[in-house]
Amino acid sequence: MSGQTLYDKLWQAHVVHEEPDGTALLYIDRHLVHEVTSPQAFEGLRLAGRKPWRADSVLAVPDHNVPTDNRDAGIADPVSRTQVETLEHNVAEYGLKFFPMRDLRQGIVHVIGPEQGATLPGTTVVCGDSHTSTHGALGALAFGIGTSEVEHVLATQCLWQKKSKSMLVRVDGELRPGVTAKDVVLAIIGKIGTAGGNGHAIEFGGSAIRGLSIEGRMTLCNMAIEAGARAGMVAVDEKTIEYVRGRPQAPAGELFEQAANAWRKLVSDPDAGFDRIVELDGAAIEPQVSWGTSPEMVVPVSGQVPDPAQEQDPVRAEGMRRALAYMGLEPGTPIHAIRPDKVFIGSCTNSRIEDLRAAAAVVRGRRKADNIKLAMVVPGSGLVKQQAEAEGLDRIFLDAGFEWREPGCSMCLAMNADRLEPGERCASTSNRNFEGRQGQGGRTHLVSPALAAAAAVAGHFVEPAQLEG
Amino acid sequence: MQAFTVHRGIAAPLDRANVDTDAIIPKQYLKSIKRTGFGPNAFDDWRYLDPGQPDADNSQRRPNPDFVLNRPPYDRATILLARENFGCGSSREHAVWALDDFGFRAVIAPSFADIFFNNSFKNGLLPVVLDENEVDEMFRRVAAEPGLEIEVDLQSQEVRLPGGPVFRFEVDSDRRRRLLEGLDDIALTLQHADKIRAYEQRRRGEAPWLMAG
Repeated sequence: MSGQTLYDKLWQAHVVHEEPDGTALLYIDRHLVHEVTSPQAFEGLRLAGRKPWRADSVLAVPDHNVPTDNRDAGIADPVSRTQVETLEHNVAEYGLKFFPMRDLRQGIVHVIGPEQGATLPGTTVVCGDSHTSTHGALGALAFGIGTSEVEHVLATQCLWQKKSKSMLVRVDGELRPGVTAKDVVLAIIGKIGTAGGNGHAIEFGGSAIRGLSIEGRMTLCNMAIEAGARAGMVAVDEKTIEYVRGRPQAPAGELFEQAANAWRKLVSDPDAGFDRIVELDGAAIEPQVSWGTSPEMVVPVSGQVPDPAQEQDPVRAEGMRRALAYMGLEPGTPIHAIRPDKVFIGSCTNSRIEDLRAAAAVVRGRRKADNIKLAMVVPGSGLVKQQAEAEGLDRIFLDAGFEWREPGCSMCLAMNADRLEPGERCASTSNRNFEGRQGQGGRTHLVSPALAAAAAVAGHFVEPAQLEG
Repeated sequence: MQAFTVHRGIAAPLDRANVDTDAIIPKQYLKSIKRTGFGPNAFDDWRYLDPGQPDADNSQRRPNPDFVLNRPPYDRATILLARENFGCGSSREHAVWALDDFGFRAVIAPSFADIFFNNSFKNGLLPVVLDENEVDEMFRRVAAEPGLEIEVDLQSQEVRLPGGPVFRFEVDSDRRRRLLEGLDDIALTLQHADKIRAYEQRRRGEAPWLMAG
């Protein structure tokens, strides 16, 4: 009998009941809640006269709608304000753990889950947000759900699930200096496509992945959904265990050691079989920049905008033409020649302390270019912001002409006041370059924090190592 | 949840791959705390020439005459025909609510993104997976005969075009049963409450740190 994958182990440990057709009732350990996808779920619960099954499994926070400046003034947009207030009422009514907007621990739900130790190895983690895959970086089974399922988890602590197929994405070799987890995941999506992981749970493995920090692994797993996979995960190693140690909601003392021993088994067995294996050479990956309106539309920063005329598949070629028209780009344009109007460093993909350090290292002693109308840094949580300020990173950004903001989702999806105007081009460390994602008519180029910082300084896309001065 | 057994209606051709949920319902409309009223803003950026806001009167806006759902008879369509990876991106169930509120009962495509696919079943919107050649053929037929009414039958798992052909589709037996009967998922799950409690008790022994939080 062949061994088990990490996914098999996580799945098996959470099956409460199985139907004859293989549909399983899966137990959910942690439920993260934010203001956008939860109001209708709480309303459904209330109408049916139900209560949360296990209130202590929930951690709630407002992140999508919150302003990133002048919080003393509250939320100006009345519709956004209502949504955040609705969350406040719901958590109070049901006694759920909650970090309000002015709490130091408030932040993007996928940053604070691991930061607080709410996300633990071996847990199932869900949230009404597709980027819940982030938490798989800790050896957890984590995936996004819709609002009906949010209500279902609140009411039953479980979800009906059909087991996904398994995919191993193995990246071996040493990453070149300046190549980050963001570049690795964009290169993976470029290779397998945005539907490549549909129906699969992806495990990321190989020496290049093991070499990443836990925060880097979060960036990687965060974008599993952009490859179509609801869940992405990385096996537990000593880095995972050290990351979790001492977190506020993590076990302590003897219980932690007991847990750590169990967590060390959360790896795929050497003889485990996968439904699909994809391999990349880590040493060959270059810093990536997206040129189109889907995360699979990426090229190396040294490359150029591709030509739809070279594409054989007519549906794909038409998609490329539409993307180029939307992005205002011509085939063959060198990526270096593309000049953003704005730079956004933040989002659940890239707003952790290591991301801010990487961007600050590029910005230090330099100034934002004149053609950059706005360069903003939005830390992932109040604690990340505090840490960055203790290290003086805020001064580096402010001295360079960047804006230093309060934590939230911000311009990743522009539900608050931070957005692109029609036609504006943005170097963004976020995860989606869909049409209108950062504001109607806005044009998004997905990049790593270091590349976003370099674009802000140079006024065009460039590798940080090529910056002058 | 509304049940789905068999539905007959006009199929609208949306000839694009990777239609994402940001396109189906843009972010500004997600601020609503209701489940209804999203229909007028389904595909908002493609459907109107001027920008929209949650409190705007959509009847005063300029519709994009080139967008398929603005052209009769497709403004009355109840079946959406699309290309691969429909519903990718954000988990927002508002995308399904918007399609439902517009009047769609089924979406036919060669493939769907997982979360959207799942959300559809929770709301009585049937996502039908046909193979690419079959979807191609449907696009050709609909182009040749605008307003063509097709039939989607969950009972027999068939999509029927007038005068043929008939395409068979697969669907999980459990999902099919729930949708045919319009069952309330939560009530069904709570029938297993004893098993959930037994599981929790066992896990408390195996992994005591999990419930400590």
